[in-house]
Amino acid sequence: MTLTQAILKGDRLALARLLSHVENDSPQGRAALIELYPHTGRAHMIGVTGAPGTGKSSLVNQLALHYRRTEGKRIAIVAVDPSSPFSGGAVLGDRVRMRDLSGDSGVFIRSMASRGSLGGLAQSTAGLAQVFDAAGFDKILIETVGAGQGEVEVARLAHTTLVVEAPGLGDDIQAIKAGILEIADILVVNKADRPGVENTEKALRSMLELAHPVQRTFMHHGLAMSVSSPKEDTLENMWTPPILRTVALDGQGIPELAGWIARHETHLRQSGDWMVRERARLEVELETLVREELMGRFREEIPDNRYEEILERVVQKNLSPWEAVRILMNGRLN
Amino acid sequence: MAERKKRSEADRKIRVLVAKPGLDGHDRGAKVVARALRDAGMEVIYTGLRQTPEMIAEAALQEDVDVVGLSVLSGAHMALTPRVLELLKANGQSHVKVFVGGIVPDEDLGHLKEMGVAGIYGPGASTEDIVREIKLAVTG
Ligand SMILES: Nc1nc2c(ncn2[C@@H]2O[C@H](COP(=O)(O)OP(=O)(O)OP(=O)(O)O)[C@@H](O)[C@H]2O)c(=O)[nH]1
Ligand SMILES: [Mg+2]
Repeated sequence: MTLTQAILKGDRLALARLLSHVENDSPQGRAALIELYPHTGRAHMIGVTGAPGTGKSSLVNQLALHYRRTEGKRIAIVAVDPSSPFSGGAVLGDRVRMRDLSGDSGVFIRSMASRGSLGGLAQSTAGLAQVFDAAGFDKILIETVGAGQGEVEVARLAHTTLVVEAPGLGDDIQAIKAGILEIADILVVNKADRPGVENTEKALRSMLELAHPVQRTFMHHGLAMSVSSPKEDTLENMWTPPILRTVALDGQGIPELAGWIARHETHLRQSGDWMVRERARLEVELETLVREELMGRFREEIPDNRYEEILERVVQKNLSPWEAVRILMNGRLN
Repeated sequence: MAERKKRSEADRKIRVLVAKPGLDGHDRGAKVVARALRDAGMEVIYTGLRQTPEMIAEAALQEDVDVVGLSVLSGAHMALTPRVLELLKANGQSHVKVFVGGIVPDEDLGHLKEMGVAGIYGPGASTEDIVREIKLAVTG
């Protein structure tokens, strides 16, 4: 039996091995992704991002517990932590907060280090998600630290992106960048048991008004309140991110959060945005693969010493980078 | 010209699960080792305190690790270690190398080795030794 067949049959060891192959971008991993591709496209991918320590892992733990208890859905978790820029190693600690999920064969948790490159992280995360999707997991929760461009790229893989904030993390919302707010489908103020929730919520709301100026929906005393602006009629299909409070320590607010995630999925499917997102995601993926393939061919065709020689001429200002490209692509020196 | 290296070649990493089974105390030692392994370029999955052998084996499987490091203080190593080895084997992961750190009385060292433990380190062990021996055990 091939690795692919074993995975479709539910073999967890085969699944774990394939995830490594895909993460390492090995030929075996690529071959399996090709075979599994027709089996993908069913899972709902949910990104969870936010500043360090806001409670993302605890929230993922609670959400997974909720889905297991109420819907019996199969849940995969991809937890990404940064690699050390010095050694290339990593300490991946997200599982510490997910011990409630152990012993449940309907849950599969995989930790992943961000490793080197920007595009690389998004690509390997996409690969892992595709494997889980093909293996029949209904929901794929992807935790990333919302710090840089790489994580934003990863969040764009998801159908639904949660941005997690918490009170008392220094200068209120400084931790959250406007660029991250723009990718949010749902804003979560976790650690709502702590003082300062109102401030965090207020700050988020005012930032959100800049990021999504058309329509506002937020939870007020447990009720969804919609505040409209005059332009909204022309854009009634637009989703406006709700701001929700949670306490991931004990699960407060989790059913409401799950409710909003479901509502977002329905919105995506009914508005046609689901297909729009899928298309955009696959387009990025295809482009990345083409770029990699072209780079690969380029590497094969140009000997290292020739590359170095031309680079040296650029460094010496004897040749501009633009001319260098033309020479390299034509495969000859003049 | 790092960019030109292929991702797969550059990034194959040794993956290590560091776990603290048993009910006792702190995990300072385990954390020091975790950081040392990271600084040696390994990817360390840290699972925290009070792990049962079942939890450890399950995590080792999901994470497809090459190595499991058990940090034991309680003297429960003679019960916990064979159970972890047994479960790894039952899961089809007999290739995973198991290392034990903590206070292990001399008379138990031989037993643990016989069971298949790849290395045992007391509180005074140097992290360089641990790193070197893990690398050796994994790459063969
Ligand atoms: N008071 C309170 N503490 C919480 C809550 N949720 C999480 N925490 C605590 O916050 C700390 C960080 O939680 P994590 O879930 O590890 O946060 P994270 O965002 O995943 O952290 P990184 O992955 O390191 O970025 C832990 O000590 C949690 O116990 C909450 O709702 N209230
Ligand atoms: Mg985390």
